[in-house]
Amino acid sequence: MNLHGTPLSIIIFALFVAAVLFLSFFFARKAKSAAGYYAAGGQIHWAVNGISFAGDYLSAASFLGICGMIATLGYDGFLYSIGYLAGWVVALFVVAEPMKRMGKFTFTDALDAKFDSRGIKLTAAISTLVVSICYLIPQMNGAGSLVEPLLGLPHWVGVILVGAIVIVIVSAAGMTSTTYVQFLKGGLLLIFSTILVGFVLSRGLSTEPVGLDDGAPGGEMTVQATESQLQEQGYALLHTTGSLLKYDRDGATTWWKREADGTLWRAQWSSGDQVNGVAGGVLEPVGRLRQIGGMSAAEAADGTGAVGPLAFLAHLTHPDTRVEQWQKQAVTDEKGAKYAVYSPKTVSGTDEMKPGVKFKVHTTTEKLNFVSLMMALFFGTAALPHILIRYYTVPSPACARKSTIVAIASIGFFYVLTLFLGLGAAVNGTVNPADNNMSAPLLAMSFGGVLFAVISAIAFATVLGTVAGLIVAASGAVAHDLMDRFGRMELTDRQKVRAGKIAAFAVGIVAIVLGIVFRGVNVSFLVGWAFAVAASANLPAILMLLFWKRTTAAGIVASIIVGIVSSLGIILTGPEMFAGPYGLTAEQAWHPLGQPGIISIPLSFLALIVVSLVTKNRRVAEAA
Amino acid sequence: MLHGPARHAGPDPASGYKTRLGVVMFIIYCVVYTGFVMLNVLSEGRTMQVIVFGGLNLAVVYGFGLIVFALVLALIYNRLCTQKERELSGCDGAEEVGS
Repeated sequence: MNLHGTPLSIIIFALFVAAVLFLSFFFARKAKSAAGYYAAGGQIHWAVNGISFAGDYLSAASFLGICGMIATLGYDGFLYSIGYLAGWVVALFVVAEPMKRMGKFTFTDALDAKFDSRGIKLTAAISTLVVSICYLIPQMNGAGSLVEPLLGLPHWVGVILVGAIVIVIVSAAGMTSTTYVQFLKGGLLLIFSTILVGFVLSRGLSTEPVGLDDGAPGGEMTVQATESQLQEQGYALLHTTGSLLKYDRDGATTWWKREADGTLWRAQWSSGDQVNGVAGGVLEPVGRLRQIGGMSAAEAADGTGAVGPLAFLAHLTHPDTRVEQWQKQAVTDEKGAKYAVYSPKTVSGTDEMKPGVKFKVHTTTEKLNFVSLMMALFFGTAALPHILIRYYTVPSPACARKSTIVAIASIGFFYVLTLFLGLGAAVNGTVNPADNNMSAPLLAMSFGGVLFAVISAIAFATVLGTVAGLIVAASGAVAHDLMDRFGRMELTDRQKVRAGKIAAFAVGIVAIVLGIVFRGVNVSFLVGWAFAVAASANLPAILMLLFWKRTTAAGIVASIIVGIVSSLGIILTGPEMFAGPYGLTAEQAWHPLGQPGIISIPLSFLALIVVSLVTKNRRVAEAA
Repeated sequence: MLHGPARHAGPDPASGYKTRLGVVMFIIYCVVYTGFVMLNVLSEGRTMQVIVFGGLNLAVVYGFGLIVFALVLALIYNRLCTQKERELSGCDGAEEVGS
């Protein structure tokens, strides 16, 4: 099945864009001052700010990425939901009120509030830019990837479209318009994700779910056979590699996956421009239940009917339930031709609903990587610059606190929904095996065009809201931190606004260029970089500034530098980069760690403590 | 109405109390979160597959529990902070406490 946009999805997206552009120009007249531009005048209601937090934070990585990971990996994808939400606890209990109390427009303001140090201004601004750019690239790339199948436009058009809209939003009214775009998006995302989960539960579970084009999701891709049956049907075995078998019949190539019991399941493949033997073809959506625990085969085919949320999960957790998990393998055939083969693996409900598919914890390295990832998720959220600047948009620290609680409630609720969305996609034949990011839109499509249109439009809105927040943070770092404060340009209020708009335009252009340059590259790992850098470079500085009176400006500078260098250094020399972007093997990496947090976070703390003690004559006399 | 100059924070007499409470709450959540991570690491996932409630395994219950627990702690924290702010400032609304 080929994904394609419907006129309705285009109309809904156009209406959303028109609404946000109207809001931007409406507020532009009221955001003439620097406070208005960078912090929405500090007058946003805490409830609005709380939902805007959700709109800011729930990026494409959350909505599309986590749902996709759950759809293909089961519970392992949900670990991200848990970690991302837990990070808000750090934000509420430790960071929210002090950040509001100490800061003005940017995260750098708060760090520098007690020191007036050019070193802090420079390093914190650089950290903001590194984190924001790491976060921006996947968002922009994702925008292009969404536009291609949904609107039928080229990738670069999607990137430019999103970039241009966001530049207009941010340049028009800065944080004010950005706030309402994020509020709108956050609200819509929560409402329609809830509706989609309602549809999933009302459909229930079945080994023969209905919904997609032909009423049989996965179509011929769920064909099962034995080797002798294939031979009887005229298939000739040409090549075997591991559990994958390549057959030919009448010149048509097919790949099959052999399971432990000898059963063969039809796989999908791509090689060059060939997809399943069709030039320029597309992969069939896949994913279904093969058995539902506690039910006969006939009962499972009829399905459970509508189920409650706990019953839905309990059915899937049953040890006798069998679920397909689709995997991609790069293989070479007997002629040396390279194939990407997508094949199903049958797992029990027990394995589907517990960690261990992606995040294995058997070896010491695997354990360290897992702990490291969970540390980065936990400590990264409260140190993301585009999140922290939202604290300056409310009137008081008490409002900062309350808005964080609204954020925890709304984001926590959404992350609970991700488990149902991801699992719903996994068992309703709505997973694109080559790109699991489209699982949520495909799942919506199985319930009809209207829901698909709305969910697709929200997917675009998701990118718009997050990119707007990132561009505000990055442009604030350039115009406010670097030009005005580090560069001592002594800008007037009006000049600060103009500098912010020019910086937003420049950052937006950079984002567009990077989005186009990275086309086709899987850059989702960059979100992980953003969290790792934020947790390593920013959070130790924030925590020590708040809780250790001997912290010095030099200590903070050292902490940020060590945090950035160590986290990026560990990532760049690690196995994931060698096996991925470098095109080498994981064994050639300098060390086995894929996640840096367990090393880089303590290292950053240590650097701050040592340098602060060495430079103690400049320590803070009294904590605020 | 929404876009005047940002308010300047004044002194917050409840600041010390809120900081201490926040640290305690943070440590409590940190222990529970660390328990989730370490349980998974030390038992290599085996404990996570144990059915504990209504057909749901520990992984799902603990995962949902962490999300719900975050909200419960947040509401308790807000309640206690708001009470202290009112007590020390004599104001009716937390928003007016300022700082």
